[in-house]
Amino acid sequence: MSAVRDEAVHEICARFGNDATRLLDVVRAINQRLDCIDGEAMEAIAEALHLTRADVEGVVSFYSFLSTRPHGNIVIRLCDDVIDKMKGADEIASEFEHALGIRVGETTPDGRISLTTTSCIGMSDQAPAALVNDVVLPRLSLSEVRRVVRLLQAHPDGTDLRSLLVDSYGGGNNAHDLVRSAVDNSIRQAGPVLFGHMERGAALRKALALSPVEVIRVVKASRLRGRGGGGFPTGVKWEHTRGGQDERYVVCNADEGEPGTFKDRVLLTERADLVFEGMTIAGYAIGAGHGVLYLRAEYAYLREYLEHVLRERRQAGLLGTGLGGRKAFEFDIRIQMGAGAYICGEETALIESMEGKRGQPRLKPPFPASHGYLDKPTCVNNVETYCCAARILEQGAPWFSALGSKASTGTKLLSVSGDCKRPGVYEVPFGISVRELLGLCDGTGAAAVQIGGPSGRMVPPSEFGRTICFDDLATGGAVMVFDQHRDLLEIASEFLRFFIHESCGYCTPCRVGNSLLKERLDRIRAGHGSTDDVGYLRDLSATIAATSRCGLGWTSPNPVLSTLDGFPGQYERRLRDASYSLEEDTREARLIRNGRANGRGSSEGGSAAETTGVDGSDRERREATDVSGEAKR
Amino acid sequence: MSDSDEATAIQLIIDGTEVTGHAGQTILEIADSAGIYIPRLCWLENLTPFGACRVCVVRVNGRIHSACTLPATNGMVVENDTEELRGFRKNLIDMLFAEGNHFCMFCERSGACELQALAYRFGITAPTYPALFPHREIDATHPDILIDRNRCVLCARCIRASKESDGKGVFGFAGRGIQKHLIVSAEGGLAETNIDASDAAISACPTGTLLRKRTGFAVPVGERPFDRTPIGTEVESTTGPTPPHASTPTSTPAPAGKE
Repeated sequence: MSAVRDEAVHEICARFGNDATRLLDVVRAINQRLDCIDGEAMEAIAEALHLTRADVEGVVSFYSFLSTRPHGNIVIRLCDDVIDKMKGADEIASEFEHALGIRVGETTPDGRISLTTTSCIGMSDQAPAALVNDVVLPRLSLSEVRRVVRLLQAHPDGTDLRSLLVDSYGGGNNAHDLVRSAVDNSIRQAGPVLFGHMERGAALRKALALSPVEVIRVVKASRLRGRGGGGFPTGVKWEHTRGGQDERYVVCNADEGEPGTFKDRVLLTERADLVFEGMTIAGYAIGAGHGVLYLRAEYAYLREYLEHVLRERRQAGLLGTGLGGRKAFEFDIRIQMGAGAYICGEETALIESMEGKRGQPRLKPPFPASHGYLDKPTCVNNVETYCCAARILEQGAPWFSALGSKASTGTKLLSVSGDCKRPGVYEVPFGISVRELLGLCDGTGAAAVQIGGPSGRMVPPSEFGRTICFDDLATGGAVMVFDQHRDLLEIASEFLRFFIHESCGYCTPCRVGNSLLKERLDRIRAGHGSTDDVGYLRDLSATIAATSRCGLGWTSPNPVLSTLDGFPGQYERRLRDASYSLEEDTREARLIRNGRANGRGSSEGGSAAETTGVDGSDRERREATDVSGEAKR
Repeated sequence: MSDSDEATAIQLIIDGTEVTGHAGQTILEIADSAGIYIPRLCWLENLTPFGACRVCVVRVNGRIHSACTLPATNGMVVENDTEELRGFRKNLIDMLFAEGNHFCMFCERSGACELQALAYRFGITAPTYPALFPHREIDATHPDILIDRNRCVLCARCIRASKESDGKGVFGFAGRGIQKHLIVSAEGGLAETNIDASDAAISACPTGTLLRKRTGFAVPVGERPFDRTPIGTEVESTTGPTPPHASTPTSTPAPAGKE
């Protein structure tokens, strides 16, 4: 085994040029080959790449899709986000446990199949869903679970899982030879920008007829803003990144990890050309020779297809050398796979990850525009942003800015899921109200709508007139609909669980604060909260939001804050116990006092009086702590 | 920053006091030289600033930054000792107590521990947050050095000191979020690394996580640096305004390291 391991490590490290900045690729490949990256493998990698073993372990242990302990050659990852749970993910998990004879977190006795959970895999519109290695299993039913497990058990390791498990393909390119996926696009509303007719290369040809400065001028004139949620003006970002003699990079952030977001998945499936075209145009505009598309591990099933599109573009003279242009231009794109970490959607964490490090956000300033990938000027944009940029070059800035609203031009692709009859992606003009959107997706029974995923806001019905745009409800695109049967505080607690799981742990407030926030929210949910706890939640939230190092912590208290603001009744209803708590406390105090005085837990009759001294006071202590919620820990 | 930049004198205002420094310095460095104490925990002189504990947060032109990492620029207006920031800092220190297993009463570093000293400076006498009581591993494999992770605040001072001062790379972090923890660069624990008892990495620890064996309680409790003067006095007593807390900082206290 040791020889096999050493050989694998040696070969894989060499394949990536023994380059430490490719560590993520190295450990992904080794994990796949050896079904884990154990201590000796980490030491061998460290030696080959001139790192310390702690450096390697730090990276391996950071990403959800990597493991230092042996797992099966087949790993079933059950999506455990809120929407999947609403659609029965817990029952699906039980069925998998039953069919495999193991619990979540375990591996079958023969060592072949591991069962685990994972954060949102970008299939909320076809939940519940799971991954079997790279293969997506959407719309899972109990019988489907049994079928899958039967097939996996009946076939030896090394069987092509796609052919084995996928018996019908989704629409569009999901049926492409290199995708062969059961995933549906669910494009419910196609708009003019992202789903309008496009011709490969048309936008790039128009861009190359301009000078790079003119290209940036067009993008600025369109008033395009970043589609990942941040909303930074794209043209300004490009302008900041260009100039100088340095090598520079174009990076596409295809790591949409916000639970409830899946719109980039659809763009990558149906508009890969547009994404790459936008990246190429950005490369021309800023003077970059290299582009990197960072693809989240959950979308690995799209990788072969995307590589194929890149090859086609090279053959068509749209990538590579001699692309023409008023300024000589060459540009190529590689795909960097992620390994399961929400935080890598943050642009500087994404860059760290691309460099083979833990996905920890960097300090800003300096910004990527001056110090990005490999410390070179780097332009990081979202998948959808590059699509928009390409269309702007093709159709002109006035065409684009005529769509949407004044400060939020163009259209936005939304991922809609939850309690609505038509979940899927919607390309809508900015400025659409929540109510209009609910009409489109047939979610008229909504009692709350989460705009922007867990890091966004829970919007109450009284605010359904609010609009989706950068000045009101800004969003990267996740819209989750909840009807009146949903427990909003349970949902908030689930969101906090997600943030706790995905925090990189670098800074104190995000690392510790989110756990504390969840503890107190759960205490309230259990009916043990007092009115003081509302102030506690707000004070703690303020500290986390103000002092955290990056956007994860700035927004992680939002589930609590937006439910406190929009749904105070949800708290008050549970805190009603607290209005009784004075009496409760008094009664408990009296019991304890009498217990002390009498040396026994009797005085007021009832069950306590029937117990003897020692037992009685134990019991009282237990009850007393129960009231303050301490016993919950 | 080019050399010429570094020589450029700049002026900024911290809590209403005009202070001078030079371009390239951080806010914390300039405050220190002016005798203004900005509380800090993960910062240690001569190590690359890390900005993780967030105890040094200040408000600059309205926005919150960590003072240890933010380069000062001319004309900056910095808020440091405000009620809001004191509240944040107190909460952050409280969080660190809740996160680990901190039992000061029998910790060898009591009185020399920066976390404990900060708690005293901020008037924390009892925890605000419920303790998380994590399971943390102890590493006693090394003949001369002990790691007690129960007291670790994940400041990375040992990691940086080992790399930057000792030229070794003995330590690192594994895991993420609340599971993040200190690791050593060897399968079998600290004994298998090339650490030496005289390494700067050990002295860099602000708490009792890294201890040299057989030297415990060399200085009696009650006579340790922070038993005598509050943390921060060493900054406040250099120059500048009178420290608001300690009225009689007669001797200059040693930094938290015992040497």
